Amino acid sequence: MERQRVQEYEAQCIEEQPPACTAGCPIHLDVRGMMDHLRKGDFAAGFGVVARFLPFPSIISRICDHPCELVCKRSEAGDSVRINDIERACVDHGYKASALPRAQRAQRRKHIAVVGAGLSGLTAAVDLAAKGHEVTVFEAKARVFDRIHDWKRPPLPATLIETDLAVLKTTGITVQTNTLIGEGGMSFRSLVDAFDAVYLGLGSKPIEDPSIELALTADGRIAIDSLTFATSHPQVFAGGSQRYSPAVYSPITSVHDGRYAAMSIDRMFQGASLSANRDTQGPYQTRLFTKTSDYAALPAIVPDDIHAGYSAAEAIAEASRCFPCHCLECVKVCEFLAHHGSYPKRYIREIYNNDCIVMGARKANRMANTCSLCGLCSAVCPEHLPMGDFCLEARQSMVEKGKMQPSFHDFALRDMAFSNSPAFAMARHQPGTTSSATLFFPGCQLSASSSDHVVSAYAHLTERMRGGVGLMLGCCGAPAHWSGQDELFQAGLRSFSDEWEQMGRPRVVTACSTCFSVFKEHLPDLPVTSLWTLLEEIGLPERPERSHAAPFGIHDPCTTRQEDEIQKSVRSLLKRMGVSTIELNEPGLTTCCGFGGLMSFVNPDVADKTVDRRAKDSDADYVTYCAMCRDNFARRDKRALHILDLIFGDEGDPAARKDPGFSRRQENRAKLKTRLLRELWSEPMVDETAVPELFMSPDVQALAEKRLILSRDIRQVISHAETSGAKIKNAESGHFVASHRLAAVTYWVEYTPKDGGFVIHNVYSHRMTVGKEQPS
Amino acid sequence: MSETKEQTPKLICGKCDIELTMGKVSVAYMGNSFDVDLLHCPKCHLVFVPEELALGKMQKVELALEEK
Repeated sequence: MERQRVQEYEAQCIEEQPPACTAGCPIHLDVRGMMDHLRKGDFAAGFGVVARFLPFPSIISRICDHPCELVCKRSEAGDSVRINDIERACVDHGYKASALPRAQRAQRRKHIAVVGAGLSGLTAAVDLAAKGHEVTVFEAKARVFDRIHDWKRPPLPATLIETDLAVLKTTGITVQTNTLIGEGGMSFRSLVDAFDAVYLGLGSKPIEDPSIELALTADGRIAIDSLTFATSHPQVFAGGSQRYSPAVYSPITSVHDGRYAAMSIDRMFQGASLSANRDTQGPYQTRLFTKTSDYAALPAIVPDDIHAGYSAAEAIAEASRCFPCHCLECVKVCEFLAHHGSYPKRYIREIYNNDCIVMGARKANRMANTCSLCGLCSAVCPEHLPMGDFCLEARQSMVEKGKMQPSFHDFALRDMAFSNSPAFAMARHQPGTTSSATLFFPGCQLSASSSDHVVSAYAHLTERMRGGVGLMLGCCGAPAHWSGQDELFQAGLRSFSDEWEQMGRPRVVTACSTCFSVFKEHLPDLPVTSLWTLLEEIGLPERPERSHAAPFGIHDPCTTRQEDEIQKSVRSLLKRMGVSTIELNEPGLTTCCGFGGLMSFVNPDVADKTVDRRAKDSDADYVTYCAMCRDNFARRDKRALHILDLIFGDEGDPAARKDPGFSRRQENRAKLKTRLLRELWSEPMVDETAVPELFMSPDVQALAEKRLILSRDIRQVISHAETSGAKIKNAESGHFVASHRLAAVTYWVEYTPKDGGFVIHNVYSHRMTVGKEQPS
Repeated sequence: MSETKEQTPKLICGKCDIELTMGKVSVAYMGNSFDVDLLHCPKCHLVFVPEELALGKMQKVELALEEK
């Protein structure tokens, strides 16, 4: 896998983007983290977050102009969360001096002068002192925070200001009040000479003192770079209201300026670039998406005593209104993505790291192979990140490196090989013709599930269509594609293509939407039509109208996600038959049945959760047009039928039909071929699938199904044992037990002969070779 | 007859008609091989793998080796 391509996938996942409040906060306070603590009533931890970001928590939590609340997503479902009041509650109910910043020891301690003891100046002073530098603050007035002391909306208690100013002492900052810089005081030039760096936080007034030798803007203020806070003098930085010259004073913008100017000063000391990696400095718009329509509107909690601020209980209630903002749109709809407890960006990284491992365990193999490749994640993702495409690429890479776990797809690939073997595969022109304008390709799973319908559908097509309707049985190769076996998949496509050429390049009609999507995407020269679109055109067979009392929930197979035309045709056919339906989802947002991407072989539990979740979308019986979806619903006891049950079925209860299971699927395919050849082409074939007879209790049948052991495999084991004599007798039970290795698996069968057949007591398998067995 | 043994019922080789006995047998997967104690026919070396072993320890080792 290419690193750059992986990074492009990663960048599409926005879950790690900050919430709107944090992105909108000039200093990016971790609001979501603070709210998490408060929801749990942990005010001390909440204060820890506040103190990590706010240099003067008691003051700023009362006077902040809180631009965060303007962008709070809660405002789309009620009022914005009162973030600033929550900050204040953290201070009021969780203040802990130990959470305040302390001075570190700097490797190269520098001397910095800060001129102006307002919010920007003192923020720069505290940040630089905390990094271990020696900071001297010069203030022209008699006291620091002069403006704050005079704050009117509402006035701040002097004790509260004193509490915050304690940090100046603990970080070792020297403060010289009543000290003027420039005309009438210490000269600007001597200040610059005496210190390694200078920060100017001079307030909003234009500079009239000519001794301050810095480039000025047209309106007479210091020219300040808004990213780095650099001035025309390399050692001098400036910010605060001098820079943003506001009509309205913004305390948090002043803090922002002081903080990021301090960062520049420290970078200058280290010889680092002043401008690098500052793209997300200051307020910006986040890419994080939050589906606010999922939440009921809630009004803000108003404090009982407005001046006292939130009580602890009120603060907890207000913090509980924070969603908190996350995207996770894909994780909400996908059992696979939810199963691993995280979100795509992390999964992509884990799967990529897994791909890069040279020595050691590849713990993310199963994850990369569990995805059903159904495309729902991409459909709901605000940035349309296709996790399926990524997982498929990871699988192809595993195969290329020889690192695909053999046990994952072995069974499905052998089932595919069976479908493309002479036991099932065939191609014929319509009986009595030598050419085909159309070629019906029913697919391996419909043939395995409802072979009668294949016969009926073929009869209907030959009756209604001119120019000859050929028939081809086989598998489209989807299992090879899904399992990352690209060579095998391409070989299958070539072989299908050759056969199609020999048939005279007819239009291909598929009854399976997976076959349709495989041919459409990978054989673009091949004209392919869905059976449902064709039936809409040529009409349904005439049959007496039947009443369907209750409407059916309509389940579109995931491979039709982008196929509006097919979805419309199916609905139109159902309508013509007088069948009413319920839509289970918005268009394009159908789900997988648990079979897609071979999920059910790699991670059966997740596959079961996937189909069970879909089954619960409606209490109605489902109608679908994929045999695998139909059978998966049936396997999990959801009543479901195939649209062909309505078109060609009899009066019974097709929604109650059981899942045939893997053994019967193969037998049904083989029987279909035998029947078609005998009935339509008068070519006799011996049906050998059911000899000798096996007697299996429902429990043993279910066990064999779960363990992916086919009746065909069991017959081969017994045949080998009975012919070679290589079997073991249990002297107590009288049962025989024998094993035989087929392909990459050793199968064990415990049996007793009965009436020319065999009673099967138990079956199991392993992949290791034992004794003289040869690995395949 | 031992009183502690005999958890596994008596198993007889169908070819040689003699009782299986414990012995070292080589098992292998994905280029790795180990010797394990298994019941086998002392004459023709037909091996018996019990269900608990196939679906327990053997499967665990198979998956661990597949991840390597």
